[in-house]
Amino acid sequence: MSKLIRGGRVLDPANGLDDFHDILVEGSIIRSMGPPGSLDAEAHASTEIIEAVGLWVVPGLIDLHTHLREPGEEYKETILTGSRAAAAGGFTTICSMPNTKPVNDNSAVTDFILRRAAEADLVRVCPVGAISQGQGGELLAEYAELKEAGVVAVSDDGQAVMNSQLMRRALEYAQVFNLPVISHAEDRNLAADGVMNEGLVSTRLGLREIPSAAEDVMVFRDCSLAELTGGRLHIAHLSSGGSVELVRQFKARGVKVTAEATPHHFTLTDEALENFDTNLKVNPPIRSSKDLAAIHQGLADGTIDAIATDHAPHSTIEKDVEFDYAAFGMIGLETALPLTLRLVEQGILSPLEALSKLTCNPARVLGIELGLLSPGLQADITLIDPRREFTVDVNLFRSKSRNSPFHGWKLKGYAVMVLRDGKVIFRK
Amino acid sequence: MQFRKKDLLGIKQLEPEEIEVILETAETFKEISTRTIKKVPTLRGRTVVHLFYEPSTRTRTSFEIAAKRLSADTFNISASTSSIVKGESLLDTAKNLEAMNPDVIVLRHSAAGAPHMLARRVEAAVVNAGDGMHEHPTQALLDLLTIRDNKGTISGQTVAIIGDIAHSRVARSNIWALTKMGARVLVAGPKTMIPRDLDKLGVEVYNHPEEVIPEADVIMMLRIQMERQGKMLLPSLREYSKIFGLTEEKLSKAKPDVLIMHPGPINRGVEISPSVADGPYSVILNQVTNGVAIRMALLYLLVGGEKDE
Repeated sequence: MSKLIRGGRVLDPANGLDDFHDILVEGSIIRSMGPPGSLDAEAHASTEIIEAVGLWVVPGLIDLHTHLREPGEEYKETILTGSRAAAAGGFTTICSMPNTKPVNDNSAVTDFILRRAAEADLVRVCPVGAISQGQGGELLAEYAELKEAGVVAVSDDGQAVMNSQLMRRALEYAQVFNLPVISHAEDRNLAADGVMNEGLVSTRLGLREIPSAAEDVMVFRDCSLAELTGGRLHIAHLSSGGSVELVRQFKARGVKVTAEATPHHFTLTDEALENFDTNLKVNPPIRSSKDLAAIHQGLADGTIDAIATDHAPHSTIEKDVEFDYAAFGMIGLETALPLTLRLVEQGILSPLEALSKLTCNPARVLGIELGLLSPGLQADITLIDPRREFTVDVNLFRSKSRNSPFHGWKLKGYAVMVLRDGKVIFRK
Repeated sequence: MQFRKKDLLGIKQLEPEEIEVILETAETFKEISTRTIKKVPTLRGRTVVHLFYEPSTRTRTSFEIAAKRLSADTFNISASTSSIVKGESLLDTAKNLEAMNPDVIVLRHSAAGAPHMLARRVEAAVVNAGDGMHEHPTQALLDLLTIRDNKGTISGQTVAIIGDIAHSRVARSNIWALTKMGARVLVAGPKTMIPRDLDKLGVEVYNHPEEVIPEADVIMMLRIQMERQGKMLLPSLREYSKIFGLTEEKLSKAKPDVLIMHPGPINRGVEISPSVADGPYSVILNQVTNGVAIRMALLYLLVGGEKDE
């Protein structure tokens, strides 16, 4: 079965392409690309014609940071519902974080995730394994077994590695299996029992604070350990201006470090917490307007390679409670694309730059050949209507959870069709 | 000006004129508490629920006395003797209470923002009787009343707040209240107990009590919570008492007509020495008396006035 995507504006940051092109998909593969009309002859009677006039045709989006909650917390999200949410958000590949119950620190859990993902047959799910056994922060997990089972990286996300020796060994041992180490950079003693960013707003609200130094000291430690070991380090969800500057400096020194920022950290400031909305309780916390500006700068100058959602589903049981008692995290798969396009609207990123952070850059972080459009490669393609305005309604989300502070926001631009391996996995 | 708010969640949301109305109303209620028969029918048939998730003697009793002197029916629910210990959530407890049609829910809770969450979900008027480290608005109002009783005016007074500012809802509410009413506010405490960017709230920040005592017309001492010792905020109560406690010696540098206030409960010999707490400048018990008048005023303003058919 072939498909001809016709008349769209193709934006493919990996190839520096921003032009009107047609794309012919044959089975799961991109067969050819060419100027409008040039591929008509290759189409045949059974070829499905997909009209893309007025649309952007981009590589399928990749999310480096998704919590799918299965196994263990299926009432929040399952691999199926998370995959649906991802597809609806324009994603074709998502990386599932290992803090499930049980933790993904062995091939049995990895196999289970991949089997469930295959059953869903929607987005490509790339499991991330744990750095340490049980994410306990003491003993290395079995990276050889995990790699063979299909993990693309290791991380103790949600449970920062406090033991510097363990982090050093992880950065060394992971190199043997060519796995990047994803750091959830947080000094847990400094963050203590804090619930929001430390600053004027926490002072006003009397909420316990998490200083940005809790992130900065660990970003420095991990960059320093990457320098020592030559390991590949990826910093998850940068939230503070200090951390952006540290990553910038270590990159300039040639250390193999990459970084991501989330839509909530590049969109919101802690001023939004004035009404105690627990959907705004995230870790790392939403920070000040200065930090926001630094993240914008880091995205613009390339210090921050990728945009990742940190999609963290929680039910009303965890969120419809007092702020102090609420769980950390918000969902993001279904709002990431329009929030990223807002950066384009604001003149912070060009369309190609913005898309690079959701396509080829995250692929490069993982060292996988995805996130670009080239003949012969998998047909992971997202069609975006960049101009269509809509009002975010959490009740329409495919995700099982509703914990988004963006409910009611007027945003612009969303995915209208998503193909993974040439298969339509979402159509608006 | 009328008081039209549904709830009293904090001082932050109040206009100076609204604070004035509350103080004026409290002034008129004071007399009731001096009668032999301390009861008026103003809130007869109204139901006030006191929902206390934290231990409290002074505040809970004060609210209860205030409601009873206005003839309201009152009910107390405290965390240790209710379904809360069975794991019922605040919202579920509140919804169940709501089903019994109370007019006012007075909430004391250890989590900041709990009354705000409650107020969005229930029809009843919600009064914040202290939420975590956030606000304790009735305490600030009774403090204002006490200052005005003794000094004639609040505007232009220099008020020093000394102690653990970071963990104090009393300090936060008083900073809002005093700055809104035109007082100059000085705070002093160890750097570990001064929250970030506090000066941006319009107060002057110091670390030594000696820097603020000579200038103060009013000194508010804050309670130091004993468990802070374990959290690296101070080395010992002994050192805290010596450097930050209010002693006769430190007080000797104060103005001759200085007022000493404390929200209670007092740690004698820690943040305040017994002779100062019981001494001639202390209006600590005056504060407690005014607490009843303030709470009567609030209950009246929230449900007693225009809603009377």
